[in-house]
Amino acid sequence: MSGMKNSIQILGGRLIDPANGIDAIRDIYIQNGRVLAIGERPDDFTAQHTIDAAGLIVCPGLVDLSARMREPGQEHITTIASETAVAARSGITTLCCPPDTDPVIDSPAVVTLLLRRAKRAARARVLPIGAMTQQLAGEHLSEMVALKRAGCVAMSNAYAPLANTLVERRALEYAATFGITAILRPEDRHLRNNGYAHEGPVSARLGLPGIPEAAESVAVARDLALAEHTGCRIHFHLLSSGTAARMIEQAQQQRLQVSANVAAHQLHLTEMDIEEFNSNCHLNPPLRSLADRDALRLALAKGVIGAICSDHQPLKADAKEAPFPSTATGMAGLQTLLPLTLKLVDEGVLGLSEAIARITCGPADILDLPYGRLTPGSSADLCLFDPNRHWELKRDELPSAGRNTPFIGWEFQGQVTHTLFEGRIVYQSASSNQTASSL
Amino acid sequence: MNDDKIYMQAEAIDGLIGEMVQAIKTRLEVQQARDPVMIGIHTGGVWLAERLHKLLAIKQPLGTLDISFYRDDFTRIGMNPKVKPSQIPFEVEDRHIILVDDVLQTGRTIRAAMNEIFDYGRPASILLATLVERSGRELPIQPSVVGVRPPLTHEQQITLTGPDPLNLIIGTSKQETRGTS
Amino acid sequence: MSKPNIQLDSHGRLKHFLTIDGLKREMLTEILDTAESFTGVSERVVKKVPLLRGKTICNLFFENSTRTRTTFEVAAKRLSADVLNLNVGASSTTKGETLLDTLRNLEAMHVDMFVIRHSDSGAAHFFASYAAPHISVINAGDGQHAHPTQAMLDMFTIRRHKGEFTGLRVAIVGDILHSRVARSQILALNTLGTSEVRVIAPRTLLPADPRSLGVHVFHDLEEGIRDVDVVIMLRLQKERMTGALLPSEHEYFQLYGLTEKRLKAAKPDAIVMHPGPINRGVEMDSQVADGPRSVILQQVSFGIAVRMAVMSMTMGTQAQGAAAR
Repeated sequence: MSGMKNSIQILGGRLIDPANGIDAIRDIYIQNGRVLAIGERPDDFTAQHTIDAAGLIVCPGLVDLSARMREPGQEHITTIASETAVAARSGITTLCCPPDTDPVIDSPAVVTLLLRRAKRAARARVLPIGAMTQQLAGEHLSEMVALKRAGCVAMSNAYAPLANTLVERRALEYAATFGITAILRPEDRHLRNNGYAHEGPVSARLGLPGIPEAAESVAVARDLALAEHTGCRIHFHLLSSGTAARMIEQAQQQRLQVSANVAAHQLHLTEMDIEEFNSNCHLNPPLRSLADRDALRLALAKGVIGAICSDHQPLKADAKEAPFPSTATGMAGLQTLLPLTLKLVDEGVLGLSEAIARITCGPADILDLPYGRLTPGSSADLCLFDPNRHWELKRDELPSAGRNTPFIGWEFQGQVTHTLFEGRIVYQSASSNQTASSL
Repeated sequence: MNDDKIYMQAEAIDGLIGEMVQAIKTRLEVQQARDPVMIGIHTGGVWLAERLHKLLAIKQPLGTLDISFYRDDFTRIGMNPKVKPSQIPFEVEDRHIILVDDVLQTGRTIRAAMNEIFDYGRPASILLATLVERSGRELPIQPSVVGVRPPLTHEQQITLTGPDPLNLIIGTSKQETRGTS
Repeated sequence: MSKPNIQLDSHGRLKHFLTIDGLKREMLTEILDTAESFTGVSERVVKKVPLLRGKTICNLFFENSTRTRTTFEVAAKRLSADVLNLNVGASSTTKGETLLDTLRNLEAMHVDMFVIRHSDSGAAHFFASYAAPHISVINAGDGQHAHPTQAMLDMFTIRRHKGEFTGLRVAIVGDILHSRVARSQILALNTLGTSEVRVIAPRTLLPADPRSLGVHVFHDLEEGIRDVDVVIMLRLQKERMTGALLPSEHEYFQLYGLTEKRLKAAKPDAIVMHPGPINRGVEMDSQVADGPRSVILQQVSFGIAVRMAVMSMTMGTQAQGAAAR
């Protein structure tokens, strides 16, 4: 009957929902933006729209813990609308936005603005991360509680350093008081000291000032000591070194509430990829050694690192057109989050279900978000992909501010065919002729 | 290069060199050019000059020129990777110079060599001695003394091989001419 | 995944000269041989050959260096090229002009070659990869990365004095970490088959993994120069004292300064080199700098011949007929 609004059924797909331990052929019934049922069709359900998912993998929409959309402040580069559209193409339905926007996300007004604009774009959910200190200046605590109430899912100082360990202690204590998770990018800025690349054979050969591994491990040691002291829940953002991963593993064994993520590219590239000054490999943290990459992969497989993020940083087209040290850091990562994660499965790093967990329920659990799972009643955020489809990342097919990626020309297996956000189809690939009824 | 033929062998060439020595002596006498110096052009010209220099008993050591830096086809074919240093171990200013090369064809090498010599100083005169003079001139340059003038077709190339023994080889390769002989 | 070397054209000839890295021994020998032929030019009445007549060479120096710029200028003029000297400094960057804008503007003036010095490692590679296809780029020093013409003039000097590289033992003393000269020297020495390359410095002046550069590491000067054929002293920048890398010039000279007495540990016929300008009483004392083993002034004059060689070789690849060859 036609009384049912916004009802979609997805039939015959292989459902992988790690949060619920499902990996089986299951039909999915969606109504009013929510998952209505899995497996058995409810008696009174009529689908307005059917997706034939035979041969496809159906999983929760991806949750990305770090994606910069350059809005507010740098809308000439990208906007929430443009980046949520890219996210939708990439199967990502939840994006966490770091606080280093302009203005900085350090007041409820900015949070409200961001959420309102995101709602208007409505291709994916945007969740702001609040600034830990005012203006990210590292001196005065921000109004963390007000920010949390306005909608911030965690607090972070992004790449900006905290003035000293006392400010860090106070910030963590205050966050702990109100059950706020602190996201830290562990780096000792003195040891970084104008470095541009991992301190190792490649930086020695190219004469690029190096960033020692110790810049990260020294900071992790300090942060772990303060985590124990303050009892704050700490999430380490963008691990790059094996030493740091092992330190976090030990801390977890001692039941500290610490978690970690890694950028997808950090699991595939190393310092060697800088080659002859490839500015698309100018990243923060830097690409490190093969041993570090392998240690990060191991930590990911063990679950020490619970999430893979895109660390999406779109840049102006000319931001990478300069000598290596003068280029901006960062890569556009949304479009490669899923393919790089699936590549880990191909390379035997972890199983398919575990891999999907690291980009769905893994990141969601770190921030206590109710997403990244397909339990009946949960938001109908889904990603459907064809695991057998080969494709190549082509420069011409990328938006101009999204061409700062070292993966152009790489071949991938597994391509998104449909993305559903809150029960709506927000992306459907041209080759999937599933347009039974228009939206 | 497979159908190379020996045109002339060492003994015959020695004969030519003997005739050239006589001709040079005569020219010097006519010009009243005393105390001449000799410069050979790399590579074949130097082999020939070494012999002439000895037979003429010239007191000053032999000079050698590599005209790579003066070629007019640098912009077409680039730098010669086997360039050798030019060595002029005497003052050029006001001297009578005997310039020696193996084969005169286009005249471009001699043009380049004379330009280089003038960068060392202003000679009193230059006398050009070549073992072979052949057709194909592109510049108004004539030798003063010649060993032999073989009749050759456009495709045929004549080269001096050495340094010991000297042989004149005729090849009919279709290789693009380097255009400077 | 071996990418074509950006420095070579499709015939394997030297198109740009950016670094010693990736060049074969034959190529380095060709540079030295060609330079040998140019040494005579500077001793003649007319110190000029017409090779690059009508070509425009632009000296684009983002870091001031009168010495290096002058040797490139002299080399270009001895090849009959027209020279455009631009001291860009910080001026154009403060005006907001990007390096790419600067490049495009100069290209529009029909420049045939850029000689570039810049404080960023990789700047010369950047220029070479963005320049129009007919333009050659020569690296006159980029950040801490490379200074290949300096290294080649040092190789030229060594070859003049020692002949072959096989069998030689060479020590480089001083600030290896920040030195583009040392990086290029080490690569050149190893490519040319030097038996042993040593670096001598405290750990604060060495890269994290110095052995990866193909050298033996010494922290003691006298031990490090024992039985070497060549001692290369590097310039010590004053700012190294402020960055907590060294306690004082005094202590540095006490430990790493080259004196006549210490030089006795090297082979009796060892030569002493320095890329200049020398800090007397810091890297070496005056007795050594002006002494019989010092070949420092020869390095300067050979520098012109080496730069002439590199300029003429790279410009030669612009030949239109190259493809037909």
